[in-house]
Amino acid sequence: MHVTHLSLSDFRSYAAVELPLEGGVSALIGPNGQGKTNLVEAIGYVASLSSHRVPADAPLVRIGAPRAVIRTAIAKAGRDSLVELEITPGAANRARVNRAPVPRPREVLGMLRTVLFAPEDLGLVKGDPDGRRRFTDDLLVARAPRFAGVRAEVERVLKQRNALLKSAGASIRSGRGDVRTLDVWDSHLATAGAELLAGRLHLVHLLQPLVRQAYREVSGGQGEARIDYRSSLGEDITVDTPPAERSRDLLAARMLEALARVRPRELERGVSLVGPHRDDLVLQLDFGGTQPSPGGSGALVPAKGYASHGESWSYALALRLASYELLRADTSGDGDGEPVLILDDVFAELDTGRRRRLAELVAGAEQVLITAAVPDDVPQLLEGARIDVMGGEVRRVR
Amino acid sequence: MYEGVVQDLIDELGRLPGVGPKSAQRIAFHLLQSDPVDVRRLVSALTEVTEKVRFCSVCGNVSADDLCRICRDERRDVSVLCVVEEPKDVVAIEKTREFRGRYHVLGGAISPIEGVGPDDLRIKELLTRLADGAIGEIILATDPNLEGEATATYLARLLKPLGLRVTRLASGLPVGGDLEYADELTLGRAFEGRRLLDV
Repeated sequence: MHVTHLSLSDFRSYAAVELPLEGGVSALIGPNGQGKTNLVEAIGYVASLSSHRVPADAPLVRIGAPRAVIRTAIAKAGRDSLVELEITPGAANRARVNRAPVPRPREVLGMLRTVLFAPEDLGLVKGDPDGRRRFTDDLLVARAPRFAGVRAEVERVLKQRNALLKSAGASIRSGRGDVRTLDVWDSHLATAGAELLAGRLHLVHLLQPLVRQAYREVSGGQGEARIDYRSSLGEDITVDTPPAERSRDLLAARMLEALARVRPRELERGVSLVGPHRDDLVLQLDFGGTQPSPGGSGALVPAKGYASHGESWSYALALRLASYELLRADTSGDGDGEPVLILDDVFAELDTGRRRRLAELVAGAEQVLITAAVPDDVPQLLEGARIDVMGGEVRRVR
Repeated sequence: MYEGVVQDLIDELGRLPGVGPKSAQRIAFHLLQSDPVDVRRLVSALTEVTEKVRFCSVCGNVSADDLCRICRDERRDVSVLCVVEEPKDVVAIEKTREFRGRYHVLGGAISPIEGVGPDDLRIKELLTRLADGAIGEIILATDPNLEGEATATYLARLLKPLGLRVTRLASGLPVGGDLEYADELTLGRAFEGRRLLDV
């Protein structure tokens, strides 16, 4: 699939802009602060209904304007479709597909798929678990939009449950409160949480070989990447657990057990201590004896802390490239799962070798959108359409 | 900003649910331009509501007397009790004319975020009503959202040991709608709640 036209009204710095696009490589070139990233951010928003830069919608609307509108024309499996999103902070967003309103914006998930590389990706390797959980869940939703509902349900249950733990914790401990309400929220957390967990385990299982392969290609040979999933339910639940032993029902039962076990501590601390919100995507590097391993027992070390800056970048790129491969290979729906690749200001961050190898890996994609401050940041291999972005104006120059 | 009393009226109207500042302004000016007789009728309706309406001492529904119309009605089936969140849910179910039992209004749903626990709902009153053993079935008709489901689960766990038949309203496809337009969650529920066709 690829985007054939982007039109923005009151989005970020743009009062109005029209940007015709085509398949292949398009580079958006312009000095910092001219609005390049705003354009690709809008495309990413249509795919995921969230921004890769900010958690809330308010900054997406031009200052002084009541709402922003993103229109994207998408060519997918030989058919054109038009997706329009109206973003109104503080109110429900609205969506239209081919000029017809849809009941919920969530319905547009799956119409457009993107994989977005950004300087922030380094945080996947070096940052906190919640960035990695977001990475996993975003990909889960891109592959199967129904998980958007599951994810929202888990978040709502957790909010309610944490509110209860905080307020009732004291009274329950003193024996006055009613533990049965907590039992109710436990069962809801177990049901929704197990579904999310099962989805994540399956996803990471599929992603594991793709990340290993992509890391090998990007890093140019140093070490092996191995991703794993760490569940707060116990160490025996991993991506290698056979599917029969990680069914939703079994995981839900495990979660109930775990919740019962940690209940005294939860009441003490007022937060939910077990569940998908406490899990992590574990990123490890295997140096296979080429480097002295810490602890001496094995050559597998966590990427966070042990990986160099360059290795961390290779890892971050490998995660995104693996996402791309996974989505591309997914032929469910109309058979066109290939996402639009967006490279937002990443080449400037990479050394020559990684830059070249990344360019080689993405050159064959159906559509690649690149943003860069100077034309020299775009590898020669990725020469294509060039659009200059200057002071909120876009101009096709090649 | 408008002068004194006009702005006060707009502010008061704006505090009503579903009325934003623009609508409040429109309603206020509509009232200012209306026939004073009409406005007085509205005023007296508001006064009467605040003075006369109270809640039924048995079911918790809005009522003009100590007992509401439904609790007074002898023809109602006393063995079936339908538990709802709000008085407006009673009205919705009454419109179906399918249900001939009586109601119990909880006055909300369990929501720790809003500080609503079981003790804040009319659950004690519900248990009192069950004491004489006349009620054989409880229909849980709380909203099909997270809080409503949690309330239903809570009540089911509380009531099951009493040996009652506890049922929950089915979730599923809207009548007259298209299957393709149903969201996955609703469709999933509809599959879970499918039933045998009697032919």
